[in-house]
Amino acid sequence: MVVYNFYLFDRVGTCLYYAEWCRRKKAGMANVEEYKLMYGMLFSIKSFITRISPVDLKDGFLCYSTSKYKLHFYETASGLKFVLNTDSGVPGNLRDTLHQIYSQIYVEHIVKNPMCSLGDPISSELFKSKLDEFVRALPVFSAKTS
Amino acid sequence: MSRPNVKGLDPKKVSGELFTLTYGAIVAQLLKDYESDEEVNKQLDRMGYNIGVRLIEDFLARSGISRCNDFRETSDAIAKIGFKMFLGITPSVSNWSPAGDEFSLQIESNPLVDFVELPDSHSNLSYCNILCGVIRGALEMVHMEVTSWIVQDVLKGDSITELRVRFIRRLEDALPVGED
Repeated sequence: MVVYNFYLFDRVGTCLYYAEWCRRKKAGMANVEEYKLMYGMLFSIKSFITRISPVDLKDGFLCYSTSKYKLHFYETASGLKFVLNTDSGVPGNLRDTLHQIYSQIYVEHIVKNPMCSLGDPISSELFKSKLDEFVRALPVFSAKTS
Repeated sequence: MSRPNVKGLDPKKVSGELFTLTYGAIVAQLLKDYESDEEVNKQLDRMGYNIGVRLIEDFLARSGISRCNDFRETSDAIAKIGFKMFLGITPSVSNWSPAGDEFSLQIESNPLVDFVELPDSHSNLSYCNILCGVIRGALEMVHMEVTSWIVQDVLKGDSITELRVRFIRRLEDALPVGED
């Protein structure tokens, strides 16, 4: 079980935070381009599944799987989008984990800090270390990372 | 052996009186700085807005609530979960407009106004205006534009505090550049 990387977007598409623990292959483009691509994909997929859905949707987009990795997605009602890429062995989806990241790390250390402006990329060292600590403590996190 | 906790004191909780006094001190200082009641009302609303914009995240994180399907659900979420979570009171939702886009929140015991008396020289002051701003800011973050104002005020002789909230329009997330 491996956690590869993490993205956090706000409601207008700004990438607030990116972190990687074990990324073996780069996207072949500048980071800024990659974030735009990721956000655009999330937006398009959400819109697509709502339109194509044969029944009324409850939660919308949850995750997608490929043979090598799984992308987990969680969006709050306030438009914040959390993305986590893990290996494909992870069962189900990690929305609860992403919700915990939201409530225990983002809300506690960014929202409640009046010095952190909400629309700007996160530069708080406290957030970085808390997130890193949290992800490393996840049962799905592997010991053998690069 | 650790020392037993002083009975009933949760280190994260602040006394309700301290809260009321702090709010009163803020309003008093604003009155000194701005002198005009109208200006202070605007400042309280703006402060409330800034609080609401962040408060909504704490609310969503702790309540785990997902998007409300209609305005009635929203009003229940504000009264029964929001107010309860942050002020420990549960206002009643009432006086719905026929179109269902406007409602009242009636607060019987408002912690903000404990011990407060409004002098005659400040009869235009909406002491609890910060609550209107908080509701406006919080709902804007969940894609609803609303206005909110005070209808009944215990400091002006009424028996309860009543806030009215009107739905203006739905806000959509901005499309990413290049999407149509």
